[in-house]
Amino acid sequence: MSADTPVTKQTDALAGPPAADGELIRLAGVTKRFGTNTVLDRLDFSVESGKHVTLIGPSGSGKTTILRLLMTLTTPDEGTITVDGQPLFPAPDKQVREVRRKIGMVFQQFNLFPNMTVLRNITEAPVTVLGLSRDEAEARARELLDLVGLADKRDMRPTQLSGGQQQRVAIARALAMRPRVLLLDEVTSALDPELVAGVLDLLRDIARSTDITMLCVTHEMNFARDISDQVLMFDSGRIIESGTPEKIFSDPEQERTREFLSAVL
Amino acid sequence: MKWDWSAVREFMPHFWDGLLVTLQALALGSLLSFGLGLVWALLMRTPSRLVRWPVGVVTEFVRNTPLLVQLFFLFYVLPEWGLTFSALATGVFAIGLHYSTYTMQVYRAGIEAVPVGQWEAATALNLPWRRTWTAVILPQAIRRVIPALGNYVIAMLKDTPMLMVITVLEMLGQARLFSQQRFQFTEPLTVIGVAFILISYLASLLLRALERRLVR
Repeated sequence: MSADTPVTKQTDALAGPPAADGELIRLAGVTKRFGTNTVLDRLDFSVESGKHVTLIGPSGSGKTTILRLLMTLTTPDEGTITVDGQPLFPAPDKQVREVRRKIGMVFQQFNLFPNMTVLRNITEAPVTVLGLSRDEAEARARELLDLVGLADKRDMRPTQLSGGQQQRVAIARALAMRPRVLLLDEVTSALDPELVAGVLDLLRDIARSTDITMLCVTHEMNFARDISDQVLMFDSGRIIESGTPEKIFSDPEQERTREFLSAVL
Repeated sequence: MKWDWSAVREFMPHFWDGLLVTLQALALGSLLSFGLGLVWALLMRTPSRLVRWPVGVVTEFVRNTPLLVQLFFLFYVLPEWGLTFSALATGVFAIGLHYSTYTMQVYRAGIEAVPVGQWEAATALNLPWRRTWTAVILPQAIRRVIPALGNYVIAMLKDTPMLMVITVLEMLGQARLFSQQRFQFTEPLTVIGVAFILISYLASLLLRALERRLVR
């Protein structure tokens, strides 16, 4: 499957803008409340370009909210978020669009467009947002479909595919915009167990063979260990511990981290 | 009372004229109600209360007053203000406007039924709002509401005889005219009754076939 895809194809399909070194994402004092519930509590952290950062922690600890803030699907109550030096909240519409262009997101429920074929799902945004010609967009889509191992499904509707296949199309759709940052929001949580490995293998490939920055919320600890440069442990809207995967998974400092890991591993 | 086949035979040419007018009113009225209803539904989703409020008041008013009254109003009052249209055009406009206040609610439900994840995916891909509506949301919403819209077409069919009161010679108008001249009521009224059943039935068959194709 995807793991066998030749690497040359991948680098071709994923040739994005060159990654600038240094800090790409910064959150400063970010607070988010839903009613009386504080899901993010004066959060500070930054991500360097090209790094793979995994967010772990119990449900409701605010991990997904961070991805949603970066994708501008929700707004913070306090604090600032900057992407590539550009502040997001508040920002003029044009600037928000510019920032969004640098970010791609893959959702837990795939969120493919059911009224479009697989190919159209992938070409829609490159054509209407990036201004690619239909031919260029389709060539790009075909390369990506090769990468995710679904070249033969391009004329199908999402509903005709398995969950794992849909999620791989969703990954191709996000990559077609050549984002600098890829946000992965529990991308295997909605999949049948036997379909999880294929999606994770694909993401391992992408992590290994590109310089794309990844922010990944996941409960797949082995995957997190494999791809991460840094792991952030969340609890009650705060980062209680962060470090390399080796450190966090084998020798965590916080009792809470130990508890959480023993419960999920 | 006895059944007179010759009366049926003589009524038939008038019947065909009436049928044509009924179908015209129905087709054009449907199209108008589909289009206007969508416009109302979209206007009701704009952030500006200055748009939503008047649209809400006007559509609420139209929905809650009888079609018959609206027909009389449009046909007899508008000309006093210098606006004159043919009887059929007035009828089509009245039916289309009246039913658009129902189809707008159908569209609203259809739009609200599109999962929020579709909006989020469109945002994540940075699609412009116009493209989000035309390529993502509306195709899914409209597909969902076609059966419900179809039911309103059948309801509209049954309201077309009201156009008689503004001198449109649709099926009932033709039957009444014929009856008054010949003093034979049974035959023309039976013919148009059967015609209404047949059209409704065919339309419902068509609808069911459409539903089966759309619901996959």
